Amino acid sequence: MAFIDKHAILEKSPTLLLVASLLVVTVGGIVEIAPLFWLENTIEEVEGVRPYSPLELTGRDIYVREGCYVCHSQMIRPMRDEVERYGHYSLAAESMYDHPFQWGSKRTGPDVARVGGRYSDAWHVDHLSDPQSVVPESIMPKYAFLKETPIEPTHIEALLKTHRFVGVPYSDEQIEEARADFRAQADPEADYDGMLERYPGAAVANFDGQPELTEMDALIAYLQILGTMVDFSTFTPDASR
Amino acid sequence: MSKGKTDDVTGTETTGHSWDGIEELNTPLPRWWLWTLYLCIIWGIIYTIAYPAWPMVSGATKGVLGWSTRANVAAEITAHESKNADLATALLATDMDVLPASADLNRYAVARGGAVFRANCSQCHGSGAAGAKGYPNLLDDEWLWGGAMADIEYTVRHGIRNEQDADARYSQMPAFGELLEKDEITAVVEHVVSLSNAEFDATLAEAGATVFADNCSACHGETGLGDRAQGAPNLADAIWLYGGDRNALTETVKNARFGVMPAWGPRLTEADVRAVSAYVHSLGGGE
Repeated sequence: MAFIDKHAILEKSPTLLLVASLLVVTVGGIVEIAPLFWLENTIEEVEGVRPYSPLELTGRDIYVREGCYVCHSQMIRPMRDEVERYGHYSLAAESMYDHPFQWGSKRTGPDVARVGGRYSDAWHVDHLSDPQSVVPESIMPKYAFLKETPIEPTHIEALLKTHRFVGVPYSDEQIEEARADFRAQADPEADYDGMLERYPGAAVANFDGQPELTEMDALIAYLQILGTMVDFSTFTPDASR
Repeated sequence: MSKGKTDDVTGTETTGHSWDGIEELNTPLPRWWLWTLYLCIIWGIIYTIAYPAWPMVSGATKGVLGWSTRANVAAEITAHESKNADLATALLATDMDVLPASADLNRYAVARGGAVFRANCSQCHGSGAAGAKGYPNLLDDEWLWGGAMADIEYTVRHGIRNEQDADARYSQMPAFGELLEKDEITAVVEHVVSLSNAEFDATLAEAGATVFADNCSACHGETGLGDRAQGAPNLADAIWLYGGDRNALTETVKNARFGVMPAWGPRLTEADVRAVSAYVHSLGGGE
């Protein structure tokens, strides 16, 4: 026990104790923090996942603001029941541009990771305005005010820049055109070719069926892209991960 | 640590530290506790060798047991599908028009289709398939696009007025609010009311009949019985998708309606498309 007996040296010298404590904490820190630097290498390479369009990103903020995540997760777990009900299990890459992510397993409402394209825009308007009108057994609150709340892309460049700051690869062009893209996506009469080039696969529609651009438009634009970016008819995920 | 120094009162070894004459006891940990701790550490090491665990530069270690959640879920789904493999193969091979005649296969298809319906279709058409305003009731024998097995299957596979599928069923009623005068709309609404309702203004309906013949009959038919080839509803059967009172009809004539159904061909498996068609066909209105 001669080595253990030497702890008196550490205990009697505060400076030595400080240095030694720091060493111990450093080891713990490296073990916890270092893997994060290689996190990107561990995300499976998947084709098709792109940053959200300005309108979708605004809709996403409304989704978070209204606390939709309190009842709805966006993570289909690799389990038979979930895969058969919701579709292909979620891949890490599908939420790599999500800040904050919407994973979870507590489901008061169904998972919405693959809700995009599953229902018509008009259904989303009906359902968000008065869920019980289409699903009588639903306990979801009504969000009819969304279609009466107009939105303007006032801070859209700043929003995109903020997301770029935390690692979403928005190009300068995407930030420059953000304002125009924001409006073009909700207006099928507009010239939206450039928007579609920057954000392939985005749904272009007058989502809420009203002439004004409202929060309902933004939220539905977001919901309609969820889980649709990866084409599982051509992409096969790693068998084991 | 100074050995052999024991506390007189308890007989326990002390650490040898002394503060103002007070010494610290060095009571050993209970053996069972210590051994549980050692076993947990050993078990933890074995576990991380057996299962995927340690993060490395480009992924985690795989573990010697070869556990894979993804492989497991695939295997589990295959195992369950293989239990009905014969029936599923038969469902894929059968001619859908004669499916209701083969009892066993039809029972399987309807049960499977019911599960598909509840997961995917009930949000619009209702969990009992009775529909809602704007979402057709599938229990009755009034069909917009046809109620034969092949028609239902086509509708499920390609959907209606969606942009995902080039073969989707498509028709668009013009918004007559911009094409007709206000009194013409009032008249034609009265005419449509007269087709299924005994209470109507005869003079107004008479005037509306001309408007109807000029503007509506091309799709809805001269007598308003509709045309399934264009998804034009029968206006004389008192079944209304968006409401049959004068206000709702005026709204429909003015702005037109544009119900959309997604294409389910790309989302469901071929067997699921067939099964859910068989289920809808079996609900009571199948032709």
